[in-house]
Amino acid sequence: MKRLQHLYAPLVDNNPVTLQILGICSALAVTTSMTTALVMSLALIAVLVASSMIISAIRHHIPSSIRLILQITIIASLVIVADLMIQAFAFDISQRLSIFVGLIVTNCLVLGRAEAFAMRNPVGLSALDALGNGLGYGLVLLIIGFVRELFGAGTLFGQTVFPSVHDGGWFTPLNLMLLAPSAFFLLGLLIWAIRSVRPAQVEPADYEISIEPNRRSP
Amino acid sequence: MIDLFVRSIFADNLILSFFLGVCTFLAVSKRLDTAVGLGIAVIVVQTITVPLNYLILSRLLAPNAWDWLGLAGVDLTFLSLIAFIGVIAAVVQILEMVLDRFVPALYRALGIFLPLITVNCAILGGSLFMAQRDYDLTESVVFGLGGGIGWALAIMGLAAIRERLNYADIPAGLRGLGMAFIVTGLMSMGFTAFAGVQL
Repeated sequence: MKRLQHLYAPLVDNNPVTLQILGICSALAVTTSMTTALVMSLALIAVLVASSMIISAIRHHIPSSIRLILQITIIASLVIVADLMIQAFAFDISQRLSIFVGLIVTNCLVLGRAEAFAMRNPVGLSALDALGNGLGYGLVLLIIGFVRELFGAGTLFGQTVFPSVHDGGWFTPLNLMLLAPSAFFLLGLLIWAIRSVRPAQVEPADYEISIEPNRRSP
Repeated sequence: MIDLFVRSIFADNLILSFFLGVCTFLAVSKRLDTAVGLGIAVIVVQTITVPLNYLILSRLLAPNAWDWLGLAGVDLTFLSLIAFIGVIAAVVQILEMVLDRFVPALYRALGIFLPLITVNCAILGGSLFMAQRDYDLTESVVFGLGGGIGWALAIMGLAAIRERLNYADIPAGLRGLGMAFIVTGLMSMGFTAFAGVQL
């Protein structure tokens, strides 16, 4: 039971994107549609689980002075494999993902879990932790992708849900949803929503605002 | 050339329209002086690594790059990702040593930010965009410089705004990270307005 904690704690309570600030770059860029968000999540989960297991398996043989470069080399090799797989089996999606599959290399989530967890824990636990974090990341991607695609184009996975005015329907697509700013707003609002449900995640204020009870306005 | 320079600073800003380097962007933007230090470090590293990666890509990895050795048809482009990240890590490391030896004052100011840059997606993203868009050598110098300046501009802007936000009464759940995202979204909307600028 305790082991499963590593799997589902990162989903909401310790979500890598909304709480740990890891892996945000790609989370925002690939969410204009559900299809790209899903493919990106699957690629990240595959790379994350594989790299965590490999690094955890050889953790006793890694000299600590070169561990970062070793971790990056392992991750980069796995990302190249994932990138070539996507190009081979889903070429048009790989065109839409553009450089963001390659950027999994510098995704702080992968390196962060390798450094913080896989270096200190056995293979099985590392795999569970990686899977949980990958799913937490994918969950955020799919939520934002759902909102952006539904309201930005009226479709889900490319299937029409709201018939748009261009095709004689009633729905006027909100073009803002497909532009960069909406991704920032949605993630900000999502964080607000999660922290309203889980007040323990609220950050303490840097400065207290003093309110003098009897102050008169001039 | 000027068009590319201005576009890479404003309309194609690495953070605000391609979301590159957002992790560092949010983590290091609480104070203006640290943001300035990191911004300068990104400009320097970006201007060095993008042209360097261009040379490696076109001289060593491109299809038929080894013809002169009698190895016709060798195509190593699949290695570009690993080569880029290696070059970035090496440049950061060398820059750190050179600064430590010759400009100790600057080294102390940038010290802790230089290692952070190796895992900054903006740097790797700059090189990957260079490869994807087929820039030549001068274009990659201009793109590296412009992209770095744009990134620095955005992080200094956000840090300045966040310093002022310390005195604002923000709903508890939105404090910190949530508000940083909303502010970044507003900045991003502002920068979208530059999209039509042609020089």
